[in-house]
Amino acid sequence: MVNIEMETCRLTDYADLESYRANLQAKKTENKVITICCGTGCLAYGASKIGQSFKDEIKNQGLEGTVSVKFTGCQGFCERGPLVVIRPENILYQRVKPEDVSRIVTETIRNDLILDDLLYTIPSTNEKVRCEEDVPFYKKQLRLVFGTNGYIDPTSLDDYIQAGGYQALNKVLSSMSPDEVVDEIKISGLRGRGGGGFATGAKWEITREAPGELKYVICNCDEGDPGAFMDRSLMEGNPHSIIEGMVIAAYAVGARQGYIYIRNEYPVALKNSEIAIKKAEEKGLLGKNILGTGFDFSIKISRGGGAFVCGESTALMASIEGRTGEPRANYIHTSEKGLWERPTLLNNVETLANIPLIINKGAEWFYGIGTGNSKGTKIFSLVGKVHNTGLIEVPMGITLREIIYEIGGGIPGGKKFKAVQTGGPSGGCLPEEKLDLSVDFDELSRAGSMMGSGAMIVMDEDNCMVDIARYFLSFLEEESCGKCVPCREGLKRMRQILDRIIEGKGQDEDIELLIDLSESLTMGALCGLGGSAGNPVLSTIRHFKDEYVAHIQEKRCPAGVCKPLIRYYIVEANCNGCSLCIKECPADAISFQGKKQPVKLDQDKCTKCGACYDICRLNAVEVK
Amino acid sequence: MSVNKDSIYNIVDEVVVKHNGDPSMLVAMLQDVQAQLYFLPRESIVRIAEKLDIPLTRVYSVATFFRAFSLKPRGKHNLKVCMGTACHVRGAEKVLDKIETELCVCAGETTKDMKYTIETANCVGACALGPVVVVDNEFVGQMTTDKVKTILEKCN
Repeated sequence: MVNIEMETCRLTDYADLESYRANLQAKKTENKVITICCGTGCLAYGASKIGQSFKDEIKNQGLEGTVSVKFTGCQGFCERGPLVVIRPENILYQRVKPEDVSRIVTETIRNDLILDDLLYTIPSTNEKVRCEEDVPFYKKQLRLVFGTNGYIDPTSLDDYIQAGGYQALNKVLSSMSPDEVVDEIKISGLRGRGGGGFATGAKWEITREAPGELKYVICNCDEGDPGAFMDRSLMEGNPHSIIEGMVIAAYAVGARQGYIYIRNEYPVALKNSEIAIKKAEEKGLLGKNILGTGFDFSIKISRGGGAFVCGESTALMASIEGRTGEPRANYIHTSEKGLWERPTLLNNVETLANIPLIINKGAEWFYGIGTGNSKGTKIFSLVGKVHNTGLIEVPMGITLREIIYEIGGGIPGGKKFKAVQTGGPSGGCLPEEKLDLSVDFDELSRAGSMMGSGAMIVMDEDNCMVDIARYFLSFLEEESCGKCVPCREGLKRMRQILDRIIEGKGQDEDIELLIDLSESLTMGALCGLGGSAGNPVLSTIRHFKDEYVAHIQEKRCPAGVCKPLIRYYIVEANCNGCSLCIKECPADAISFQGKKQPVKLDQDKCTKCGACYDICRLNAVEVK
Repeated sequence: MSVNKDSIYNIVDEVVVKHNGDPSMLVAMLQDVQAQLYFLPRESIVRIAEKLDIPLTRVYSVATFFRAFSLKPRGKHNLKVCMGTACHVRGAEKVLDKIETELCVCAGETTKDMKYTIETANCVGACALGPVVVVDNEFVGQMTTDKVKTILEKCN
């Protein structure tokens, strides 16, 4: 029988792994687990302090051994953090503060009493929800890939194995030939989750068939896309699932060396994946002679330098080679000639995390989820002007309306929905008419946007679409590597035109010119960054042309965003002269007129910083 | 921050040894050097090129291409304002404006007393909290202009 000694031992064959797993499950003594979400969001709200308090409290109350405390990765519901879930009942406490800790341990852990004030309340009905799965935010989701995050400690290999980890690797190595693995992925219909949506099985097959002894597998965790953070959360919360996916991929394509390319801005992802690699190597699940089969595969970590263009495969590989991350023309695919000119398989984090699932549950099962050409689930980061921000995993085919209103809880502050931006800087903005669109790769492209990495940014009536278009252009202009002319010059010119429109100097022909330039970029740019750079501009022109017209012809910004075209006013009827805004104004533009008298705003001095608007609690400042 | 040439050389040499002198690890080496010095002084770039026996231009091109690197000294406290889309739609620009006004320097610059450096990031991956400011590696979410003074004072 497996004993403690075993824990430091390598697993040398298939049966070893299974008996190790059985032993872990048998050894489990605690009957309750308190999981504390330690995603970036919850950490920012003080999750680590709460975790420590739980540990201390459990010690003080003498509950060690029967209750354990687990720090998990992101559980998705960032808006209501810090999140504490008590398992196995899955009682969800949200916005937990350090002073709540002893109460939770005494009442809920010891006496099985629910603390009503810490439960999530459905705003429309005031109903308290006890279990995680009954919260509307989670109810409509199908958390196949992301759900495990809430159950495991990312730094513990045992946790992952206990949850069924490395079972897929075991199955592949013991009973499947590389061709069978490739076929399985092809049948599943899985498409790359990084943006392009290229068929994963086909990519694996091309790499497998490419001539060459040395091949590589790269996991792309660069995630430069503003608005997306699912790769980060997966890498931080469940690094072993990605490593398992990589080893399976390596076995299928015949690679011996792998790289995880991680942004340097993601220190926790870096740390957790380093730990995971080390532990998997110690256990014989990675490195030389994996599970005693003679198959070798090792993984190195390569840190990115914070360049958006490095999400582009050729640029990413240049960066791993220690050169500047400039893309090259992609006449020959990286699957055939990639890293150091050798066949290279590059997959996104989420794609790889799907692999063990497909192997375990079968390609047919996976194929049964989703729509026509888009199978499985997709993780979206639902952010911006929406009640419940966070990470959601939904089956393909769900509508935008379900996502924004049922999972997201609608638009806060009684404001009106204006648009949802999907697919990051390469995607587009979709208006209200498109809310019933079912979300998958093809439907989104047909509507002039794209899946991209899965960023979903909701905007309300206070967002100006011209400003959003300019925002994306200035972002892309800054991130363009400058190697090809259409991208380098085209983006600059487009940004200048939009600057002019925003300054109130727009000309009638500007819209046409923007469309022309966008199309030239699509045709002429060297890589995906430039090729899709026109999308935000084209989609905003297509759906929100009236806003462009208002800026150009009426010299007016309807949303009240573009500084040169707006003015702040004091609504005298609402102002009681509390002078909060006077203290806040950096330009001394507001003056006190006497007690209970409305304040006065000097338009000549006003720098339009909006500080008064933000601080006023009486709706006495208006922007027009 | 003033560091003499010898200690820069020591830091660089150690980092190069740590990465086995492998030129393909150049990005990681520059990151490690910067983690210790907060920026990349000229001497460090020259030394790396010498140690790895690669052209100075190559090191320089990598050091200027990636956003993570700074060739200018940075202040004691680092304020990184996230300008990602989610933060942008929730008013990141206003927050940046306010910080710039309070400190009288623009993004990318350091205050004269070397106390603060303001930077912008295109996304720090905490989109659900937007607008986000990362103050010395600590995330401050749901930033508003009226919170700016408090976070600056907290840095002391």
